[in-house]
Amino acid sequence: MAQAQPIRTKPQPDTGDTYLLPGETYTSISSTIGDVPLTAPLKTPRGWFIGFAVSFALLMVFLVSVSWLLIRGVGIWGINIPVAWGMDIINFVWWIGIGHAGTLISAILLLLNQGWRNSINRFAEAMTLFAVACAGQYPILHLGRPWLFYWLIPYPNTHGLWPNFRSPLDWDVFAVSTYATVSILFWLVGLIPDFATLRDRATNPLVKRVYGLAAMGWRGSARHWHRYEMASLLLAGLSTPLVLSVHSIISLDFAVAQVPGWQVTVFPPYFVAGAVFAGFAMVLLLMIPVRTFYGFQSYVTIRHLDVMAKVMLATGMLVVYGYFMEVFGSLYSSSKYEQYLLFNRVSGPSAWAYYGLLFCNAVAIQPLWFRRVRQNIPALMVISLIISVGMWLERYVIIVLSLQRDYLPSSWDMYIPTVWDWSLYIGTIGLFFSLTFLFIRFLPMINIFEIRMYLHQETERAHRREAAAHGHDHGQAHGSASAD
Amino acid sequence: MADTPAFRDLVEREFPQGASELNDPVSRRSFLKLMGASLALAGITGCTYMPRERIAPFVNQPLDRVAGVPIYYASSVLLNGYATGVLVRSNDGRPTKIEPNAKHPGSAGGTDLFVQAEILTMYDPDRSTQVLNTGAASTWDAFTAALATAMQGQGASGGAGMRLLTTTITSPTLADQISQLLAKYPQARWYQYDPINRDNAYEGTRLAFDEDVTTRYDYSKAQVVVSLDADFLSPGPGFAAYARAFADGRRLRKDSGEMNRLYVAEASPSGTGATADHRIQMQAGQVAGFAQAIASRLGIPGVAQGAVPDAATRFIDAIVEDLEAHKGSSLVIVGDQQPPVVHALAHAINAELGNVGSTVIYTDPVEARPTNQTNEIASLSNEIEAGAVNLLVIIGGNPAYNAPGDLRFAERMAAKVPLSVHLSLYNDETSSLATWHIPAAHSLESWSDARAYEGTAGIVQPLIVPLFGGKTSHEILAALLGQPTVDPLTIVQGYWQGQLSGDFNAAWQGALSTGLIDGTAAATRTPTLREEGLGGAAPAPGELELVFRPDPSIWDGSYANNGWLMELPRPLTKLVWDNAALMSPRTAIKLLNLPFDANQLVGGTVENEHALEALSEINGKVVRLSYRNGSIDLPLWLLPGHAENSITVNLGYGRSKAGTVGNGVGVNAYAVRTSDAPWFGSLDSVSDTGGTYLLVSTQDHWTMEGRDIYRVGKFEEYKLDPEYITKDVHKEEFGTEHHTYESMQPSLDYTTHHNAWGMTINLSACIGCNACVVACQAENNIPVVGKEQVSVGREMQWLRIDRYFAGEDLDNPDTYLMPMACMQCEKAPCELVCPVAATVHDYEGLNNMVYNRCVGTKYCSNNCPYKVRRFNFLQYTDLSAVTLQLGRNPDVTVRNRGVMEKCTYCVQRISGARIEAKKAAVSAGSDNYTIDDGVIITACEAACPTEAITFGDQNNSASRVASWKSEPHNYSLLADLNTVPRTTYLARIRNPFEALAAHDTVERQEG
Repeated sequence: MAQAQPIRTKPQPDTGDTYLLPGETYTSISSTIGDVPLTAPLKTPRGWFIGFAVSFALLMVFLVSVSWLLIRGVGIWGINIPVAWGMDIINFVWWIGIGHAGTLISAILLLLNQGWRNSINRFAEAMTLFAVACAGQYPILHLGRPWLFYWLIPYPNTHGLWPNFRSPLDWDVFAVSTYATVSILFWLVGLIPDFATLRDRATNPLVKRVYGLAAMGWRGSARHWHRYEMASLLLAGLSTPLVLSVHSIISLDFAVAQVPGWQVTVFPPYFVAGAVFAGFAMVLLLMIPVRTFYGFQSYVTIRHLDVMAKVMLATGMLVVYGYFMEVFGSLYSSSKYEQYLLFNRVSGPSAWAYYGLLFCNAVAIQPLWFRRVRQNIPALMVISLIISVGMWLERYVIIVLSLQRDYLPSSWDMYIPTVWDWSLYIGTIGLFFSLTFLFIRFLPMINIFEIRMYLHQETERAHRREAAAHGHDHGQAHGSASAD
Repeated sequence: MADTPAFRDLVEREFPQGASELNDPVSRRSFLKLMGASLALAGITGCTYMPRERIAPFVNQPLDRVAGVPIYYASSVLLNGYATGVLVRSNDGRPTKIEPNAKHPGSAGGTDLFVQAEILTMYDPDRSTQVLNTGAASTWDAFTAALATAMQGQGASGGAGMRLLTTTITSPTLADQISQLLAKYPQARWYQYDPINRDNAYEGTRLAFDEDVTTRYDYSKAQVVVSLDADFLSPGPGFAAYARAFADGRRLRKDSGEMNRLYVAEASPSGTGATADHRIQMQAGQVAGFAQAIASRLGIPGVAQGAVPDAATRFIDAIVEDLEAHKGSSLVIVGDQQPPVVHALAHAINAELGNVGSTVIYTDPVEARPTNQTNEIASLSNEIEAGAVNLLVIIGGNPAYNAPGDLRFAERMAAKVPLSVHLSLYNDETSSLATWHIPAAHSLESWSDARAYEGTAGIVQPLIVPLFGGKTSHEILAALLGQPTVDPLTIVQGYWQGQLSGDFNAAWQGALSTGLIDGTAAATRTPTLREEGLGGAAPAPGELELVFRPDPSIWDGSYANNGWLMELPRPLTKLVWDNAALMSPRTAIKLLNLPFDANQLVGGTVENEHALEALSEINGKVVRLSYRNGSIDLPLWLLPGHAENSITVNLGYGRSKAGTVGNGVGVNAYAVRTSDAPWFGSLDSVSDTGGTYLLVSTQDHWTMEGRDIYRVGKFEEYKLDPEYITKDVHKEEFGTEHHTYESMQPSLDYTTHHNAWGMTINLSACIGCNACVVACQAENNIPVVGKEQVSVGREMQWLRIDRYFAGEDLDNPDTYLMPMACMQCEKAPCELVCPVAATVHDYEGLNNMVYNRCVGTKYCSNNCPYKVRRFNFLQYTDLSAVTLQLGRNPDVTVRNRGVMEKCTYCVQRISGARIEAKKAAVSAGSDNYTIDDGVIITACEAACPTEAITFGDQNNSASRVASWKSEPHNYSLLADLNTVPRTTYLARIRNPFEALAAHDTVERQEG
């Protein structure tokens, strides 16, 4: 059958160094990563329990916040007229943005054949899903009558009414739901070979059975692998446009409106860059502690961190370009309202947010030009945290500062988030971390088979290099790794 | 024990609402009968549980009554005793909306805000429902029995210990009853007291003419009006008629040859001041000197000389010149709070200018007994203290709360009056001190009569049986006269039977249908001026003065429990739910030693606007005002335009027994008000207490930031080129005089449709009186949200009046008032972004809001450049208070939480008119219906006393709205956004006096 060789098994471009530390074998990989989910319940590390307990407590905050919200209405938040969107939409955009790193890593880097992604893609994809789960709450909860959210979905109904397809909010429904569906599929499909590994390694019959069911009969035959590779490729192909489309469409929520500070044509690419920027920051923020805690330094090496920091720097600079274009746009527009927007950002009552965002997203990333900073773990943690805050502030500036002072000064008003605004935000963080901790505990955090394959490729490459050094041709590597 | 009086008493205490049924065997029997019917019907409705209700169909359908079709009744609504003629809409027996009665002289086609809010007062669940005897539930019968005993005692002494205290009375019937009472008990005395009274005006006429006359004005003939602290464009006797006539001289068209001119000298900024062509700020105490200066310049002999503030001197020349140029067509008016001598001077000036008989008309007193009410309450208080009063009957009013603090009325009444009776809508401060409290019937529930500002009597007719079993003042008087069971209709009819000649029934029916009794206007008089009355000196102005003013929203405090009014942004401060110490920025800087240079407010640039914004941070600082041995702590609020060294406090707040809305709101200024200087006086000191208080206003930003929002022009230039304002704006914005806005969207053409509804708002006519806002709230079932919700920017009024300060000196600025509601854009930004199409256009171009479809994304509001949409962030509408449910307009959906709402152009009225037009067309055998201009009148338009709002079909070139829209000074707000709003504005035209305008220009250049 003549067909393209799946990307995953293509020879890696020779970048010189390897991303893996020496001394790893297929077995060591399977056991280091695979044993975490298979640990007996009582042998679960205490650190996990503590982390999960804290997250679960925050999840309860989420529960309380949502219940009170449904009982009383969105008036428990600080939103008002003119600032009718506040932390609900800020957090929605923030969470969606965070999710983007996962999709970028799993889809685009796969298509670009970046082997180093293998160590981080599972984790990043999981993060995507959980972030989307958090983000997805907001568009529903922010409604005045959330129980009627399904009216945004086009379905044949007795009202004889369709949604308004001209509204960007309706585009959001499609963008976000498609994104969530494809992401979850991609993630689950990617898990199948690893479920098989866990099934094979499990000793407890019940655990074996559960993972066995999840592995859907995976036996690692060549046919399986072939189908599997094709499915991955197709899903990667499907996901790739999503990386660009989802946040572009979210940005249109603003760009389509005529609020000064919202109607900016640069928004779609600027939002996408910002999303990847925030997403990578979040991956680093989560990956660094996990890697240390579970001893994954050999899979997620300092070089991985270095590369992710570079991506952050690049996307961060794109975002800075966006800021520059906003300033240019408002000055060049010759519109009083647009010019006032800039004035309000730099000297209005919420100027702190604008300066905060410039510091976090433009100034704080500059040290990443230096390799020493990129490879310094505490520095990366701090910078990633600053970026996460900065990207939150960016949405605050776009949403709140624009609405606070639009056309008629008589209507200008401030937005002051209430305790319920914050509790729901903290609650979604609880949801996110609860899911993350469950993921860490019950699923392989790093893609076992891909690391094994990567090891294989790297070994092949080492051989090639050795051979080249000896002047012999050992021939082209072929075949693929198989599950044990 | 079944039906013993003791048992009934027990039940009365236990179940006061159900008590009457047990007394009434017929009602009990019919109840059982109806129960049987509803059980039978229960089978039909199946398993659905419905709350049990008593229903009864009409055996004979009342004439003219069709279910669902409202009927209008003519009646009168009173403010301080003066009637405004109204038409009350009754939906299936429930009054739901009050409209002006254009035939009534006190209305002239408009109303004030208080009239509009009466509906809510009537349905207020806090109203008193029970006769109380020293706080315990009692009955009318028990009261009349007790009263009969007391009156027997009075009979012996000729009523020597009896005092009757009423508010201002214009009712002929009530006056007649009182005179009967006084005839029967010659030793008894009748006092009147209203805290917002016209003492000074009457004392002024006594000074000038040595007799009691009522002065009324004809603004339609006045070319030049000089107001000496007279806020005639705010509620008071004759307000609606005056405002209409005054505005008639200001709504310009391109061919208008003339326009009236208004000078206002005042301390507290008012709507009148904001409307003025020249506003001269001075302390209230300096107005007398200003008046004296004008009078002596006009050559009136015997006038004392008072000090004139330096800044005001240049105006005197102009005013004198202008007045002299308009002899017979000018008018000098004085505010009721100015001392009598100023009133006397105004009478002299008007006489000197030949205005008497043209713009000034003297008539017989309209009030039943004009008097100095402050003196009366003081005498009463002294008599009580002396122990001379053993029966005090208080009809209406609330003297325990609103008598001047130095009289210690409440204290004395509680201690020294053995038997007191208070008839009142609420169990208020006075009722709780009275031996007997009688719940009063609201004017929409009672038979009565009252006179308009010019004397015409009108009938007050009930729309509904008293909801809470209230009694009218006529019934109390009848009880005092020994007729406790006579009903008020008989009393009122009885009086008029003696007055009307000819067929009484026809005359009575005529009076009921027109709302007024023809030929009852007060007769004109020609009093002779006494020169000796003019020489009096006014009290010298103090260094720092305190001015007491009625509250623009809750008046003297009697409307404190009316949520619509309490939450109504005060016209100039935009404050809600509080009173404050109002002072100018300069005064605040000086008094509090703020490190702020007041000159930063002068210059007319955006930087000056930002300086004002920075200074306004001090709003809410609590200051202590020490005034005449007393002091009150009040949060301060900056009010640009307030006279320097003067502080205004609004009366009516700090009530302890107003009800759930009014209790504990604001600070009671009556406590420091004294009977010798009830309106203003010298303030001892002002100190910063260090505290702060949250004052809530609906407009946090005070200036326009140099934007093209409110357009103003001058009459002189407008006469030469009516288009000049638009040209100027375009020149500034685009560099060319003529400009059309380019649009990328396809245009919808509504000119071929049947009707295209549109509105114009004439900024020259708007006086910011707020009547439209309350009318809108009443018509459209708009909820009240409370201070806390307003403080976070969630007020619900669909219609708001924006107020901007502008001009060279932001300490003494031009004040612009701009009504804003949904603009009904043809290309509405809100519609595009709603994901569920809950806001859509109809074929007539209206931007409709479909509440049932709204899921509450709030995106429409974000994208609305006018920010006129309102969102039910919480469940604001009170669904539990039964009486409030009765008062709602059944033609307008009641909105619940999570739904967006906004002005609909009163779409229910449009639909109603369209249905009628279609019916008429069908019965005429035609397919084409027409809706005539003026058939649909929106609630705001109907209430507006100045006809600033015009609604109609802009496709109909003969309509008023189309003709206004064709005026060259018509403009769309934020036109460059291409929203194509259906509501457009007519730029404000001012008519400054040439000499002063030139002076201003020079000053500007020098500055």
